[in-house]
Amino acid sequence: MKLTPTPAQTVGPFFGYALPYAGGEALVDRSHPGAVRLHGTVYDGDGVPVPDALLEIWQPDEHGVISQQPGSLLRDGYTFTGWGRAAVDGVGHFSFTTVEPGSTGDGVAPYFLVTVFARGLMDRLFTRAYLPGDPATLEQDPLLSSVPADRRQTLITTRESDGSLRFDIHFQGADETVFLNYPNTPQFTGPVD
Amino acid sequence: MAEKNTDPDAAALSQAEIDAEIAAIHGEYRAQRDAGGQVETNARLNFAPYRSSLLRHPTKSLHHADPEDIELYSPAFGHRDVSPLEADLTIQHNGEPIGERIIVTGRVVDGDGRAVAGQLVEMWQANAAGRYMHKRDQHPAPLDPNFTGVGRTLTGPNGEYSFTTIKPAPYPWKNHNNAWRSAHIHFSLFGTDFTQRIVTQMYFPGDPIFDLDPIYQSITDQAARDRLVATYDHSVSQHEWNTGYRWDIVLSGSNRTWAEQEEER
Repeated sequence: MKLTPTPAQTVGPFFGYALPYAGGEALVDRSHPGAVRLHGTVYDGDGVPVPDALLEIWQPDEHGVISQQPGSLLRDGYTFTGWGRAAVDGVGHFSFTTVEPGSTGDGVAPYFLVTVFARGLMDRLFTRAYLPGDPATLEQDPLLSSVPADRRQTLITTRESDGSLRFDIHFQGADETVFLNYPNTPQFTGPVD
Repeated sequence: MAEKNTDPDAAALSQAEIDAEIAAIHGEYRAQRDAGGQVETNARLNFAPYRSSLLRHPTKSLHHADPEDIELYSPAFGHRDVSPLEADLTIQHNGEPIGERIIVTGRVVDGDGRAVAGQLVEMWQANAAGRYMHKRDQHPAPLDPNFTGVGRTLTGPNGEYSFTTIKPAPYPWKNHNNAWRSAHIHFSLFGTDFTQRIVTQMYFPGDPIFDLDPIYQSITDQAARDRLVATYDHSVSQHEWNTGYRWDIVLSGSNRTWAEQEEER
């Protein structure tokens, strides 16, 4: 990198009238034959739901193809753009309607890239929400296998009885979600455990 | 040390107590930096003077990930998504909003200096009285029926963007007693890689509240803090119409392998 990136600042408490938009949480219509619900709750360090968080997901389609089609902000109901945005409700719950991402290559475990913003959070946090699926594939995934076994589960969605995928996010605590940092992407936690 | 009150709205401490906490963290940072330690170029996630961060910062180190497929791309946005009119926040209602009309303009580039073209920039802000058009903002300052405070645009071929708006005012919040935010505009940006996604705030030069604002001060390094401050640019001001500010934005580095033709675009 030649230039120093501009620092981040919190999304604050007052993004609700600016960033969420109608249809943001629906990457596909509920009537789509492959439609699945990806949902969960965002929790703070006291285990209390966070009522002012915003999530974005970014994913390939069910065949593993990465969409480069515009139209995420004004969906036409037919074009899969791969990106969605949803604010949590008053009890910290978010919900997307989408399709399960396909694998982008041999042996690559499919996942949703999840980005979290919140009041109190100075910079966005990235994580991956893997599909439950075949344990052998998950074990071989380069990222999952690099995460200590006792924290790996925080990156894997849970299949619910109605077919929905559950992905809770914990900023802190025993189930603290594994948040990711990428090359050329400076982030500073401040003091950690 | 007594356990910190984690209620973000407790407003328990005085400004002097918050100032002392900030000074201690900054002092410690400068000492380690000057001893050859890491230079911090971003805000700290764990920054106690900003009380809302106490229960919402990760307590463990971030886990290194090598970006794969989807992480090396960003969603595409186009004129289907964004109307050119959305870049002018002063024409969204029947009348003129009250306040100082300004243009904020600049370029979006990535960490290697490449222009980020055709990407989405979103912004939102308080009005000229320091009030947001948001139901949770109960600050008893007037709403302006002619100002919502939300704008969007797509960057041009050289990464350029421009918003016409009203200069926002500082406003009070409950982080501590008599707490005020420096005047700011929220910005949300996408790059070519999703890992470049950023939400931040732009500030105005010479704001008297900078030193007192724990959100601004969560960036421990002065040089990094300065990168969030726009400059007054008289060439952006227009005769009998608006004053002008310039703010260029550098996204983090792309992790793609760039082909030569893309480099030259």
